[in-house]
Amino acid sequence: MNQDDIKDSDIDIVIGALQPDLTSFLNEWRPVFSRFHLIIVKDPDLKEQLNIPEGFDHHVYTKPDIEKAVGASSTILFSGYSCRYFGYLVSKKKYIISIDDDCLPARDNEGNLVDPVAQHITNLTTPATPFFFNTLYDPFRVGADFVRGYPFSLRSGVTCALSCGLWLNLADYDAPTQALKPQQRNSQYVDLIMTVPARALLPVSGINIAFEREMVGPALFPALRLAREGKLRWETIEDIWSGMCAKVICDHLGLGVKTGLPYVWRSDKGDPIESLKKEWQGVKLMEEVVPFFQSVRLPRTATTTEDCVAEMAKSVRERLGSVDPVFNHAADAMLQWVKLWKSVGSGSSTPGGA
Amino acid sequence: MAQLLSPPLKDDLDIVIPTIRNLDFLEMWRPFFQPYHLIIVQDGDPTKKIRVPEGFDYELYNRNDVNRVLGPKANCISFKDSACRCFGFLVSKKKYIFTIDDDCFVAKDPNGKEINALAKHIENLLAPSTPLFFNTLYDPFREGADFVRGYPFSLREGVPTAISHGLWLNIPDYDAPTQLVKPRERNTRYVDAVMTIPKGTLFPMCGMNLAFDRELIGPAMYFGLMGDGQPIGRYDDMWAGWCAKVICDHLKLGVKTGLPYIWHSKASNPFVNLKKEYKGIYWQEDIIPFFQNVVFPKECTTVQKCYIGLSKQVKEKLGPLDPYFQKLGDAMLTWIEAWEDINSPAKAALSQGNGVKKDESSTKQK
Repeated sequence: MNQDDIKDSDIDIVIGALQPDLTSFLNEWRPVFSRFHLIIVKDPDLKEQLNIPEGFDHHVYTKPDIEKAVGASSTILFSGYSCRYFGYLVSKKKYIISIDDDCLPARDNEGNLVDPVAQHITNLTTPATPFFFNTLYDPFRVGADFVRGYPFSLRSGVTCALSCGLWLNLADYDAPTQALKPQQRNSQYVDLIMTVPARALLPVSGINIAFEREMVGPALFPALRLAREGKLRWETIEDIWSGMCAKVICDHLGLGVKTGLPYVWRSDKGDPIESLKKEWQGVKLMEEVVPFFQSVRLPRTATTTEDCVAEMAKSVRERLGSVDPVFNHAADAMLQWVKLWKSVGSGSSTPGGA
Repeated sequence: MAQLLSPPLKDDLDIVIPTIRNLDFLEMWRPFFQPYHLIIVQDGDPTKKIRVPEGFDYELYNRNDVNRVLGPKANCISFKDSACRCFGFLVSKKKYIFTIDDDCFVAKDPNGKEINALAKHIENLLAPSTPLFFNTLYDPFREGADFVRGYPFSLREGVPTAISHGLWLNIPDYDAPTQLVKPRERNTRYVDAVMTIPKGTLFPMCGMNLAFDRELIGPAMYFGLMGDGQPIGRYDDMWAGWCAKVICDHLKLGVKTGLPYIWHSKASNPFVNLKKEYKGIYWQEDIIPFFQNVVFPKECTTVQKCYIGLSKQVKEKLGPLDPYFQKLGDAMLTWIEAWEDINSPAKAALSQGNGVKKDESSTKQK
């Protein structure tokens, strides 16, 4: 789809509210967000009322809405950072952009305010090139192109279904890294967008992402949760897990994943040493998880994202179930998510709804 | 002061420069290159005298020297094509090579500071690569960066870096069709990143601004049969890059790309380029799937063994495409034989004083 054909009404901005007062957050984002419809999902564990400033076209979902849609026993799937997945579920738009509620607009090297919505949409509406690496990065960027030696048959690229942005200031490090380097802040604005090559795995951070809802939505789910999954990113792994599933599935379906711009500015929050106590389980699990993802193969018969998720869930149970019970829960959650996606999700995003 | 510190790897790195014109560009590089030994490979007419600026320590080889050193094996070294540079890789005795074209100059970073491309390549080569898992903040060993959340700890040590591939501001490395369509396009975007190219991913390796660890990957850096008498040109570095990458992937070595930038000043004639490239454009469509499907048996534990195996596969699988690939496969074998001849310890001792030519007038000992 051409970027010029994209209307504001094709986009939902999904915000998971882990803090009650969204006033300064939304006011800072007003120049960028005010054109769009916002889906704000309140963390079901949050007791206080949400405070939302005037002037936004938005819909708020809280614990009762979640319970009504998915049943009381499912609500646990959507607590903490995972609450935003409920927003993905109920959206009817073509594109979703999701940014954590402790992130603010960044500035580029020229001092201009970065519009992550516009950049994510550009990323999603220009082709990705996963089958061969272009040394000048995104060849569809103005001022760039494919370099000598790039096969011509691969130059039309594939649809980009997932766009992973980055973070200035507080980068998305894990707790051990940030604890070792407590003063380290990311100040490098790297003017780069690139396709992550096919079969290359990456940690997809949920802090700043955008995706084509129908293509990738079923593959982004809060399935692997730590026993003591917490309210700081250092204490979570759910986005890493679902991001790797999404990458394997995109590779299988011939869809592209881009990484790089846009940046958001992430506020300082939390104490990594405190979080260290909770996150070690995630670090341990990653070691089991990576060899699995590197070798998992999906059957040719899996031609839709939902089918792929179901097949992944099967593989997870078979190959990781005996390693740690948390993986059996993950496989169950993946299947439950696909069911939810089919029943609660609107499926098609054609005008007129479900 | 930085100038008082010894230049990094001063005695372990050779700078290989192919040239057919002149070496005037070295003047601009003098502050960065002068401490290092140069190997000049003079292409074209061997009777032409190439002047090397004063003060550089160098060896210079023209076509007569190539023939003398390699004898009958000299037919694997291209003539009238910058592919001849790989002769310099062959005869070097150093651990590291940096190769640069004679139309590449010192670039400036966004702060206006001149970029020491050589120093940055050395930094890239001395730090590990991370081909097994992609880091979204690019080079995790860079000052100010690190591995991101979710990056497996068991993969954070990385692997040795075999190749550092730099980029170009001003004239980008486009092929002929793109040059014809966009004659005015200039690369003005300075992307402040170095990254490892993931395992299993091929890339177009440009020889204009390139460094590698000769001990780790040297035998795979053969730039093929191009130029005079050959049906193809401007695919020399591409060929070396695909061969080297599949071997690096097999042997768990890393390939980096990104910084440093140089300033590429000269746009070659796109019509001339089109003639050289056009067969490559068609053949590429078969060559790429070939490389994507290359598998090395477990017994291929060295670069040489991998390369010999590769040469056989080239003849078998690409031979049907064009007889050129039979010749190329043979030339790949000849190259490895020449590599063994010149670089095995016993043979190297024998050939001492026989193969090295120094220009009488201006060699300067450091």
